[in-house]
Amino acid sequence: MSNWQPTASMDALRKRAEMFAYVRHFFAKRDVMEVDTPVMSHCAVSDPFIDSIEVQYHPAMGGEPSTLYLQTSPEYAMKRLLSAGSGAIYQMSKVFRNGEYGHRHNPEFTMLEWYQPGYDEQQLMDEVEALVGPLLGVEQIERVTYSDLFQRYLGFRPELVDIRYLKNEALNHIDIELEDNDPDTWLNLLITHVIEPQLKRLPAVFVTEYPASQAALAKVRVNANGNKVAARFELFVNGIELANGYHELTDFREQQRRLDLDQSQREKLGLPLRPLDQRLVDALEHGMPDCAGVALGIDRLLMLSNSAVSIAEVMPFDHTRA
Amino acid sequence: MANFSSNQFKNGMKVMIDGDPCSMVDVEFVKPGKGQAFTRVKLRNLMSGRIWERTFKSGESVEAADVMDTTMEYSYYDGELWYFMDPNTFEQVGADENAVSEAKPWLKEQDSVTVTLFNGNPIAVTPPNFVELEVVETDPGLKGDTAQGGSKPATLATGAVVRVPLFINQGEVLKIDTRTGEYVSRA
Repeated sequence: MSNWQPTASMDALRKRAEMFAYVRHFFAKRDVMEVDTPVMSHCAVSDPFIDSIEVQYHPAMGGEPSTLYLQTSPEYAMKRLLSAGSGAIYQMSKVFRNGEYGHRHNPEFTMLEWYQPGYDEQQLMDEVEALVGPLLGVEQIERVTYSDLFQRYLGFRPELVDIRYLKNEALNHIDIELEDNDPDTWLNLLITHVIEPQLKRLPAVFVTEYPASQAALAKVRVNANGNKVAARFELFVNGIELANGYHELTDFREQQRRLDLDQSQREKLGLPLRPLDQRLVDALEHGMPDCAGVALGIDRLLMLSNSAVSIAEVMPFDHTRA
Repeated sequence: MANFSSNQFKNGMKVMIDGDPCSMVDVEFVKPGKGQAFTRVKLRNLMSGRIWERTFKSGESVEAADVMDTTMEYSYYDGELWYFMDPNTFEQVGADENAVSEAKPWLKEQDSVTVTLFNGNPIAVTPPNFVELEVVETDPGLKGDTAQGGSKPATLATGAVVRVPLFINQGEVLKIDTRTGEYVSRA
């Protein structure tokens, strides 16, 4: 007998449908426009550790096929809309990531992403709180800087130690054989293996002021202690990474530099080199309004509100039955 | 032996770690949104029984362990080793105290058990989830006391002592859950 049955219960699917309606109502009330950008793109995401799924497009029967990439998030296309004058926009759509499968991962999942012109990351955190608070039964979500988070759970501040210290600290807690000279690798290991399990005891927490080296597409600024930090935040709920937001980078030259930096890191690591989205750079050059944006995993939000152990329990058919 | 890559890992897979055969108890894909992917595995060392977590890089490979679970019949104990027989080939293997430690209280001759062989040698013996064993010693049963709670110790044919309801008598055969060591019912 094949595994034809859904991985979610009908009750979980009903809650999923209610979630979609709730999100659309939330943004309609706030006058944020829904958009649906293409799932297939001629360009791929630059992040070295996010692998796009490739598809072959045939222009006509027998024609030369070209490689397209399934979106890993609608970020680039939505920023082009913002630059074209869309105003506040949101999108709730399927995104695709190669190789990501586990209790909390499925290679295709539903992402909610939105942008608010004129907001900084603090104002956007307020809005995230307003969206997820009622679903999770939390009123106010604590905000902790990345540095304070490490100080609280590991007793040191990452900006004050060198890579040798980070590596030793990680190897004290984690049994792994790994040669890596990127401090961010060790910081991420400490977050996922040591800090996240301790965050399980907290209902929810925003982690703010990420290291500048982990800015992705956030602005970098100098904080109160004189350190360069990314205007980036992440929301963790019961130790699960639920959302990632930025006070968005709008400088097109810096955008170009970061794309090139990602590409050279890909080259160094022997990862596939894919077409960078020059249209994004062009859009920023034209002018993207100062704004904050965030991406939130809808399936994970459903896992949390349904107390599900596995992401498969909240989607009709997980990867193995798709 | 073959190698397994981290993307093939799954529960129950047997691999060699630091020279010992280990079984994967839990496999978790770990990846922060913007960071590298890792696979965190809870492992049980099949020689020592130790359970711990190890993290593997994406694409890291590990040698498979020549470990096989076979169904065998318990034959006898010679004072040093416990002997098990393959019902198809009639081949016998002798397992030491360490390998039978968990199964020992439930081993009855001719019962089928799972014997884990590593390079052909038994390293673990797992009894069936439920066994039926005779009570060889217990206080006399109390008539009519079937509804009320309360329990008493009873010694079974294998020497194991379990808590049983007060109405159980010597000579009765009981069904026992070997995972918890608890009385289930009369057989």
